[in-house]
Amino acid sequence: MPESVNKGPSSSAPAGEKIRKTAKPKKKKAGTFGTALANTPFVVWSAAFIIIPLLFVLYYSFFDPEKGFSIEYIKVFFTEPMYMKAFGLSALYSVIATLISLVIAYPFAYFLSKVSPASQRLQMVLIMLPMWMNMLLRTYSWNQILQDNGLINKLLGVFGISSVHFLGTPGAVILGMVYNYLPYMILPIYTAMSKIDRPLLEASEDLGCNGFQKLRRVIFPLSLSGVISGVIMVFVPSISTFYISQKMSLGKVTLIGDIIEQQIKLHYAEGGLNRGAAMSLVLMIIILIATFIMNRFSDEDEGVLM
Amino acid sequence: MKENMILELKNITVSFDGETVLDNLNLSIRDGEFVTFLGASGCGKTTTLRVIAGFITPDSGDVFFDGGRINDLPPYKRQVNTIFQRYALFPHLNVFDNVAFGLKVAGMKKEEIRPKVEEMLELVNMKAFAHRKIHTLSGGQQQRVAIARALVNSPRILLLDEPLAALDYKLRKDMQNELRRIQRATGITFIFVTHDQEEALSMSDTVVVMNEGKIQQIGSPTDIYNEPQNAFVADFIGESNIIDGVMLEDYKVRLDGRDFECLDKGFAPKEPVDVVIRPEDVDIVPLEKGKLEGEVTAITFKGDYYEMIVDVCGFKWMVQATDETKVGTKVGLIIEPDAIHIMKKSKYSGMFGDYSTFSDEMDQMDAEEEALEQMEESDNA
Ligand SMILES: Nc1ncnc2c1ncn2[C@@H]1O[C@H](COP(=O)(O)OP(=O)(O)O)[C@@H](O)[C@H]1O
Ligand SMILES: [Mg+2]
Repeated sequence: MPESVNKGPSSSAPAGEKIRKTAKPKKKKAGTFGTALANTPFVVWSAAFIIIPLLFVLYYSFFDPEKGFSIEYIKVFFTEPMYMKAFGLSALYSVIATLISLVIAYPFAYFLSKVSPASQRLQMVLIMLPMWMNMLLRTYSWNQILQDNGLINKLLGVFGISSVHFLGTPGAVILGMVYNYLPYMILPIYTAMSKIDRPLLEASEDLGCNGFQKLRRVIFPLSLSGVISGVIMVFVPSISTFYISQKMSLGKVTLIGDIIEQQIKLHYAEGGLNRGAAMSLVLMIIILIATFIMNRFSDEDEGVLM
Repeated sequence: MKENMILELKNITVSFDGETVLDNLNLSIRDGEFVTFLGASGCGKTTTLRVIAGFITPDSGDVFFDGGRINDLPPYKRQVNTIFQRYALFPHLNVFDNVAFGLKVAGMKKEEIRPKVEEMLELVNMKAFAHRKIHTLSGGQQQRVAIARALVNSPRILLLDEPLAALDYKLRKDMQNELRRIQRATGITFIFVTHDQEEALSMSDTVVVMNEGKIQQIGSPTDIYNEPQNAFVADFIGESNIIDGVMLEDYKVRLDGRDFECLDKGFAPKEPVDVVIRPEDVDIVPLEKGKLEGEVTAITFKGDYYEMIVDVCGFKWMVQATDETKVGTKVGLIIEPDAIHIMKKSKYSGMFGDYSTFSDEMDQMDAEEEALEQMEESDNA
C-alpha cells in the first residue's frame, strides 16, 4: 500500500479525537506519582465507602460471634423455600420491569434524538426532574395516587367507573419499579443514539435502507451499548428492590430485598444480620455474573457502564 | 440526443433560511460521462449532489432521471450511490460487511454477495483488509472501502463529494488515476465534486464551473480553459491576464491603445469586452520588437519556467517564459491572434485578472517598497 498511516481523518472521529490519542502517552510519562496523588481522594473514598463495607458484608456472611466461621448463612439462602421464592419473584419482577422500561425507553430515546436540540434539553430536564426527589417520597406518592379513594379512582369515578384496586397487585409493584428506574434506561440509550453520526444514517439510506431497515441495520447496532448499559442500570436496582414492593403491594409481595431488610431490622439479635449479609453477598454475586454476561453481548472494545 | 441523458436538473432552486444556495440551476448529464462540479467552498456543490441523491427536495424545479421526474423519490429508491465527503463508513461493521451492506439490504443471498464483494475489494486493492475494522484503516484505505461500498450496488450514477480532499498529494494523484480507470471500466456515470481546478481538468469529460449557487460554465476541460465564458471562470481555471478591451470589428480588438488581431467575432462595433490572455501565451521580445512595452517587476523560478510580472502602463501582466529576464529590464510583449480570447462583459469584469496584488512575494515586495517610501518621507521631514 502506498499510503502512509492515518493520513486521512477516521470516518467519524472529529479531529480533536486524534489529538487526544497522540497526547496520551505524554501524559503517562508525566509521572505516576502525580497521577497517584491526583487519584488519592478516589482511593480513600472507595476504600472507605466500598471496600470496607464489602469486607463487613463478607465478615458477617461467614462469622458470627458465637459459632465462629460457618457457611450456614450462605446455605440458608438456597435451602429455605421462603428465601428462594422471594428471590425468584425478585428475578421475575426485575426482568419484567427491565423489559417494560426498555420497550418504553427505546422509542422514546429514538424520537428524542430526532427533535430539535432545544426540545431535547427541555425533555431531558423533565425526565431527570423526578430523580431529584427522594425515591421513598416518589413511591409514597404513587401509593397515594393509586389508593382505592386516590386520585386515579376519583377520576375514574367521574366517568362512572367503580373503584379499581390497584395497590396490592403485582402490576402496581412493576409500575413502581418502572417509574423509579425508567430514566436510567432512557439516558444511556439516548446518549448512544445522539452519538450516531448523521452521515451514517444518510449513507444507509443511500445504500437502499428504508426507515425500518435503517433502524435495524444501523441505529440499533450502534445504540446497543446504550441498551446494555440501560438494562444493567435498571435490572440491578430492580432485583434488589425492597421499599417499592412493600408500599405498592401493601405487603403482599415479598421480594428478596424486603427479606434482607426484615432480617437486619427485625431479627438483628438472632442471627438476622448474618443472614442479611449472606443474602446480600449471594445477590451481589448473581448480579455480577448477570452483568458480566450482559456485557459480553456488547462490542468487545466498547466499554459499557456497569 | 435527449434519450441519452441520464440526469437532468431543470430550474433547480434551493434556499436555506431564506438564503438562496442554488439559483435556477440547469444541467444535463449524459449516460457514462465523468462530470465534475468545480467551485470554491460554499458555492453549492454538496447541495447539488444532495438534490440528486434525494436528501434535499428543491424549493422549485425538477430532477429527471432517465427522463422520469424523481423529485419525490426517496433516496433509498434512487439508482444513485454516494461517496460522502468524510466516507461515512459503518463503524460497527468490518470492511467486508460495509461493502456488502447495500446488497444485504437489497435482499441478495449470502452466496451471491460474497463473490461480488470480493471482486469489488479486488478492484480497489483492499482484498487483504476484508476483515479489518474500519477504525484501523488509514484515510486512503477508508476511501477505497467507500468506493467499493458504493460501486458494488452497480448504481447508474455515482456521486463523489470531494473524495480526495483529505488525502496527501501523491496519494491523491494515484486515486485520481484509479477513479478514472474505475469509471472507464464500469461505464458508470460519475459526478465528481472538487474545488481543485487541476483535478477537475485532468479527470473529467465535462466540467461544470459553479459560483454562488449558479453555473458559470459547462464544457470540456479544453473548452473551459481555452474559451472561458467570463472573468470568473478565466481566473478560477489556471492563471489569466484579463484586460479591458474594445472590439473594433470582427477579428480585431484594441487593448492598451494597440490593435490586435484575434479569432473572435460577432460583437457589436466598439463593444467593450474582457480580453483573456494566458501567461504562457505572451512572448517576451526585445523592447523595439514588442507590440506592448513593459518593465519586469518580479521574477520567480518555477522549475521548468520563470514566472514574471510585467508592468504595462500600470497594469501588471503575468508572463511565463523559459528564459530569465532581470527585474527592472524594459521588454516588449507580443501576442499571437490565437492566444487572444474575447469575453462579453459580466458582473465579474474588473474583479480578476490583474496581478498587481499577486502572491506573497509580491505582497512582501509591496510592503518593502512602502516601507522604503515611508522612510524617505520621514527623512525628508
Ligand atoms: N443544511 C443547511 N442549512 C443551512 N445552510 C446550509 C445547509 N447546507 C448548506 N448550507 C449553506 O449552503 C451553502 C452551500 O453549501 P454547500 O453546498 O455545502 O457548498 P460546497 O459543497 O460547494 O462547499 C453554504 O453557504 C452553506 O453554508
Ligand atoms: Mg461540500
